[in-house]
Amino acid sequence: MGQAYVPGLKVSERQIVHKERVLPLKGEIKVKIGDKVKASDVVAATNLPGNVELINVVNKLAITPAELGSCMLAREGDIISKGQMLAQSKGFFGYFKSSCQSPVSGTVENISSITGQVVLREPPIPVEVHAYVDGIVEEIHKDVGVTIKLQAAFVQGVFGIGGEVVGEISMISRGLEDEIVAREILPEHAGKIIVGGSFIVADALKKAVDTGVKGIIVGGIDAKDLRDFLGYDIGVAITGSEEMGLTMILTEGFGKINMAKKTYDLLSKHNGKQASINGATQIRAGVIRPEIIIPLKNIEEDKIKEAEIRKDVGLTPGKLVRIIREPDFGAVVKVKSLPVTLMKLESETMVRVVEVEHPDGSVRVVPRANIEIIES
Amino acid sequence: MKKEDIRTIVATDCGSTTTKAILIEQQGEEFRLIARGEAPTTVEAPVEDVTKGVFNAINELEEIVGRKFTDGDTLLKPKKGSDGFDIYISTSSAGGGLQMMVAGVVKAMSAESAARAALGAGAIVMDTIASNDGRLPHQKIERIRKLRPDMILFSGGIDGGTTKHVVEIAQILAAADPKPRFGITFQLPVIYAGNKDARELVKELISKKVALTVTDNLRPVLERENLLPARHLIHDQFLEHVMQQAPGYKQLMAMTDYEIEPTPGAVGTIMQRIAREKKIQILGVDIGGATTDVFSVFQGIYNRTVSANFGMSYSISNTVSEAGLDNVMRWIPFDMNEKDLMNRVKNKMIRPTSIPQLMEELIFEQAVAREALRLSLIQHKEMAVSLKGVQKERTMSDIFSQSSDSSLVNMTTLNMIIGSGGVLSHSPRRHQAAIMMIDAFLPEGVTQLTVDSIFMMPQLGVLTNFHPEAAAQVFEKDCLIYLGTCVAPIGAEKDGKKCLEFKISMPDGKVIQDELTFGDIRVYPLGVGQVAKLYAKPAKNLDLGAGPGISIEDTLYGGVVGIIFDTRGRRPFKLPENKSERVAKMQRWLSSMNAYPNY
Repeated sequence: MGQAYVPGLKVSERQIVHKERVLPLKGEIKVKIGDKVKASDVVAATNLPGNVELINVVNKLAITPAELGSCMLAREGDIISKGQMLAQSKGFFGYFKSSCQSPVSGTVENISSITGQVVLREPPIPVEVHAYVDGIVEEIHKDVGVTIKLQAAFVQGVFGIGGEVVGEISMISRGLEDEIVAREILPEHAGKIIVGGSFIVADALKKAVDTGVKGIIVGGIDAKDLRDFLGYDIGVAITGSEEMGLTMILTEGFGKINMAKKTYDLLSKHNGKQASINGATQIRAGVIRPEIIIPLKNIEEDKIKEAEIRKDVGLTPGKLVRIIREPDFGAVVKVKSLPVTLMKLESETMVRVVEVEHPDGSVRVVPRANIEIIES
Repeated sequence: MKKEDIRTIVATDCGSTTTKAILIEQQGEEFRLIARGEAPTTVEAPVEDVTKGVFNAINELEEIVGRKFTDGDTLLKPKKGSDGFDIYISTSSAGGGLQMMVAGVVKAMSAESAARAALGAGAIVMDTIASNDGRLPHQKIERIRKLRPDMILFSGGIDGGTTKHVVEIAQILAAADPKPRFGITFQLPVIYAGNKDARELVKELISKKVALTVTDNLRPVLERENLLPARHLIHDQFLEHVMQQAPGYKQLMAMTDYEIEPTPGAVGTIMQRIAREKKIQILGVDIGGATTDVFSVFQGIYNRTVSANFGMSYSISNTVSEAGLDNVMRWIPFDMNEKDLMNRVKNKMIRPTSIPQLMEELIFEQAVAREALRLSLIQHKEMAVSLKGVQKERTMSDIFSQSSDSSLVNMTTLNMIIGSGGVLSHSPRRHQAAIMMIDAFLPEGVTQLTVDSIFMMPQLGVLTNFHPEAAAQVFEKDCLIYLGTCVAPIGAEKDGKKCLEFKISMPDGKVIQDELTFGDIRVYPLGVGQVAKLYAKPAKNLDLGAGPGISIEDTLYGGVVGIIFDTRGRRPFKLPENKSERVAKMQRWLSSMNAYPNY
């Protein structure tokens, strides 16, 4: 009975986290198994092929592709610098010559007498992968990356934007129902991850970027404000590559919704500590939710034990659940009973329901599909 | 088990949002639907295994009928006493919509053609990679890895042209070494549809890293686009490769007694059967959480499209975004706060399995559904042309245009619309399903409306393959709900002006004779199984299929709603621009339809 429920988001005081850190191309691993690493440490590095610049030289010189070879001053394989003349037309009796300068420094990779294009390759680009979390190197993936293991407090958000950032947690609201407003974002919040209660207003988001805040963790935001901030609307929830100057994680959803007490209390407990957060979200089969990882210090390596995998994922009376749809959206309530018979909702839909008890003692009926268990 | 020994069948459909289980049993001489259970599809941690959702849905069946069908994590087969069942079958679309990356050499040319091919095949294009897209190679590589697409289509170069830039794209793909989003044992499907001279070079570079298939160039010469072969390959790869990668799919395969069928394929089987047996032209739709599948049989030709970007949960935000909020709002008979609406849409997107508890939320979702259906039909109409095998010629001057040829889909000759999928099958009132389909598809002339009773066409589709009698019996008795017939003249007239005179000879011998004014909906009861005769004469500007002002005689089939006269106009169908006028009209029309308690 009662298995039909929405999987919940994790809010864990302490658990083992394994983070895979992978290079975009094969490269060099900078650490070995057992090494203790800091979030900012480089664990792997590589050189990526430089950017390719395509230049339509024949257009620039007003010549035909067949004439390109005789006008080129640089040859395939030549190293060239930015501004260097690549080609020059013969002109009219030696006058009115047109020329083409290289927009970048690099190597001439290809001169095509078919398309009239010249391909320039910029110098290789060094790329480094950081540990992202404080922990111990658990596994080396040859030439590709490493897995880092750590004991941490772990919270899953419901939606986020922006990629990985590491910073100090700074609680700027006084309670889980507080909004983050612009005047509360101060210069000392630069480089930090600020945590608010229920909501962030549009101008506070802008102020956070201007101040240099690295991350925001908050209950909710208006979808309209997020659209205005990003400059486009999110059609399907696939995020993580936004480059807006900060990472933001919503713990509850869109609109003004109090952060769940358990989440708020956990983040408050670690106020001032370092956290690694990632807003990347993919809501489709094989879901990725945004994460907040707070490494726990002073834990001996040999005392780290794998957290027990919870098998009891069903819905039972007494369990804390979050209501995820109107009315009472965002309320954290206790399961009272699980009636078997279908019930008719205001929308006239006949569904299976759960009877829940609100903190004020009132008991209401909610569709089972409209709750999620708060996982620990 | 021999077919004649089968008495009890459990069938599931693992959708992207929910898993539906039905219990079919032989009662006397015929098979009937006994019960239905539903549970969220389990593809998210902590239960990343589609079979868990299956067991949860079957557990619901157990609760409803008070018998045991499972023993812990095993199915009780065959039936012993009152417990257990004989056969277990399933369909699946648990992988969700198809999400693709496309790549080409030049952003405005081959990459654009690749994007169009993917969109036409019903995919969401997550990103378009091109040699000249302004990103550094490593940024492209990172992007490919991070997005975890279901499939990549890449093109570039005209046949016989330079191969170098295509090879460069292949090098980026090889460097990215992209992995599928489910499991590490599968290889990511990559389709190459570029310069044929580069095929061997591309194979050499990436065939060991990805599941590479090669098809005809999307752009064999600069002035011509040839999207059809790539589109077909995308469809095939999606159904046969991507879908199987849902977590737990292998375990599900081991549990079923017959091969799992992709949901759209199974629904298509049923749709074709209806068209064939009734000798009619049909339009079917299955609107899901991530995708909307449209099926049609016109002139005996079957077409199916998967609009992966128009759905009611995972892709609801995309549906609203593509349709535009104003187009969604036009179907809502009251004022709603825009900011609040946007929040609701996004909350449904991030928590896709939730359901509307309040009436206003139901009305809003049904408004979104109208737009998902409307947009999916547009895509289907465009594809139904291509599938005839007509190659689309595009010239340099219309690279950016989206002109469409005449489609096989003809709303005037259409006989029946079949609706399926959660928002249609689970409408609390069948009248809601009827008006949603009328508003979205705008049927012309005389069209019968039906809906899948509890969304079980997928299961019956797969059952058809090995027990056609059982499938047929359940289909006739329990699956198809006849809503009634819609009569809608084409053309426009002044609001309130007389536009139609008609006479209906009812089955009991009574004759209803009346006339209608333009801009209205009127419903006359005619029960399920009842048939009436219609004689109608439209005004001189209006057409019921025989020509402007020409009378028609036709058969009207009854249903739970009845005969719906829709004189709101077609080609164009216009709603008032003025908000209060529009709201007042919507209220009147919904009231005529008896769609909601307050209207």
